[in-house]
Amino acid sequence: MTTSPHISVQNLNVHIENQHILKDISINIPNKKVTSIIGPSGCGKTTLLKSFNRLLDDIPNVKIDGKVLVDGENIYDPSVEVTHIRKKMGLLSQRPYPLPMSIYDNVAYGPRIHGIRKKNELDELVELQLKATGLWNEVKDRLNASATRLSIGQQQRLCLARGLAVGPEIILGDESTSALDPVSTNIIEDLFINLKQKYTIVLVTHILRQARRVSDYIIFVYMGRIIEFGPTEDVLLNPKEELTKEYVKGFIS
Amino acid sequence: MIKRKLEELFFKTLMVLATIVVTGSFFLIVGTIFSKGIPYMNLDMITKTPGGGFYIGKEGGVLNAIIGSLYIAGGATILGLIISIPVAIYINMYIDGKRFTSNIIRLAFDVLFGIPSIVYGAFGFLIMVYFGIRASLLGGIIAVTLLVIPILVRTLDEVIRTVPRELRDATLSLGATRWETAKVVLRQIRPGIFTAILLSFGRGIGDVASVLFTAGFSDNMPTSLHEPAATLPLAIFFQLGSPVEEVQGRAYASALILTIVVLIITVLSELLIKKFSKHKI
Repeated sequence: MTTSPHISVQNLNVHIENQHILKDISINIPNKKVTSIIGPSGCGKTTLLKSFNRLLDDIPNVKIDGKVLVDGENIYDPSVEVTHIRKKMGLLSQRPYPLPMSIYDNVAYGPRIHGIRKKNELDELVELQLKATGLWNEVKDRLNASATRLSIGQQQRLCLARGLAVGPEIILGDESTSALDPVSTNIIEDLFINLKQKYTIVLVTHILRQARRVSDYIIFVYMGRIIEFGPTEDVLLNPKEELTKEYVKGFIS
Repeated sequence: MIKRKLEELFFKTLMVLATIVVTGSFFLIVGTIFSKGIPYMNLDMITKTPGGGFYIGKEGGVLNAIIGSLYIAGGATILGLIISIPVAIYINMYIDGKRFTSNIIRLAFDVLFGIPSIVYGAFGFLIMVYFGIRASLLGGIIAVTLLVIPILVRTLDEVIRTVPRELRDATLSLGATRWETAKVVLRQIRPGIFTAILLSFGRGIGDVASVLFTAGFSDNMPTSLHEPAATLPLAIFFQLGSPVEEVQGRAYASALILTIVVLIITVLSELLIKKFSKHKI
C-alpha cells in the first residue's frame, strides 16, 4: 500500500447479545482515500463502521475486543476521551436525521458544544460548510427555518455539513444514499469524491455501482469476516476469493 | 362468499356499537353534569369562598377549592417533572447498555403506576407525620407528586424511546457528551413532555384519595404552604353528602367547574404541542 493507514484495525472481535458479529478483523484504512465496505445485509458492515467512532459503546450487551488505532492511538484504550475520538469523525447515516432546530443551528451545533461561541466565527463556519456541501445557495435566505423543511436530499447534505463543521479528519457513511433519489445520490457521491482530498472516507454501501464510482479501495465482508480487501477495480472486476466472485458476479457480467 | 360478507358485517356492527356506547357515555356524563350543575352555576361559585351558611345552602362559592386544586395539581406536576425527567433520561441514555438494570427500574415504575392513590395518600401522610407537617397545601402537593411521578416517568420513557437511535448517534458522532445529547432529545420530545404534563395534571386535579388526609380542607383561600387547602374533588364529595338540595346541586356545579378546568388545560396543551412540534422530524 502506498499511503499510510489512517485507521488501523487489529484483531477486532465484537459480540452483541452473545452473537459473534465481527470475527478477528484486521485492516488498514488508507489515508485520504475513499474505502467502501461491501457485503450482504447483516454481514457486519455497519457494526464495523460504528466500531471506528465507538458508537457501539451504548448498544446493550456489547463486548468489544481488539484494537482500533486512529492516528496511531487506540480508541478503545480506557484513558481515551470518547468525545475527542468522535469529534475526529463525521457520521452520515442511512437517513438524514437533522437535529430539532433551525438549519443554521444544525451546522452550528457541533462547533458550539466544542466551545465556539462568537457569532461571527459561527457565521463563517456555517457558510463555509454549507458551501462545501453545495447547500448555501439553496438555503442562505432561510437559515432560521426548521431543518425539517428541507427535502430529504438537502437534509442529508445538511447532516454532512453539520459533521464537517466540527473539523473531522474522517467521514463515515452508513449507506448514506439509500433513502435518496438518484439526483440527490449523485450529488452526495460527487461530494465524497471531492472531499477525499481533505478527508479519509469510509463508506458502507450495498450499491456496487456506487462503490465503483466513488471508492479507491473495497473491503468485502461476509458473515463477520473480511474476505477480500484491495483496490476497487481488483476487487470488483478481478476478485481473488470465491465468495467475492459470487457476490460481485451480477456486477461483472 | 356470503359467509365472508356476513362476517364483515357482524364485526363492523360490533365496532360501531362499541364506539356508540363509549362516545354515548361520554356525552351522557357531560350532559348530566351540565344539566344538574348549570341551574346552580353562578358567578359566586367561581369568585367567592364559602360563606357562613354555605353548607346549608346559603351564599358563597368554591373559589378556595378551585385555587387549591390548581395549586396542588400544578405544584405536584412541576415537582414531579423535576424528578421524572432525570429518571427518564437516566434509564434511557445512561444505563441503556445494561438492559437488566433499566428493566428493573421500569418494572418498579410499572408497579408504582398501578398502586391505588389512597396508598399514596397514606404514604404521604406518614412522610408528613415524620417531618411534622400537618394536613396542608404542602402535604397535598407531596402526596400528589408521589402519585404523578410514575405517570410522568412512564410517559416520558415511552416518548424518549420513540426518538430514533440515529438522532442520538448523530449528536454523539459530533463529539457531544451524553448530557448534551440528552438536551437535544428533550427538544425533540417537547410535544411528548406536554402530553406527560397534561396526563399528570389531569390525574392530580381529579384525585380525591391522595389529598384526603394530606391536604385537609379549608373554607379559606390557600395562602400558605402550611395551611390546609380545599380541593375540588373533596368539595364535590362533601357537598354531595349533604341532605340539602341546594348544596347537592352545587356539587354538580363544582363538578362542572372541574370538568371545564380540565378541558381548558387540554386545549391549551394541544395548542402548545402544535407550537413546539415545529422542528420535529
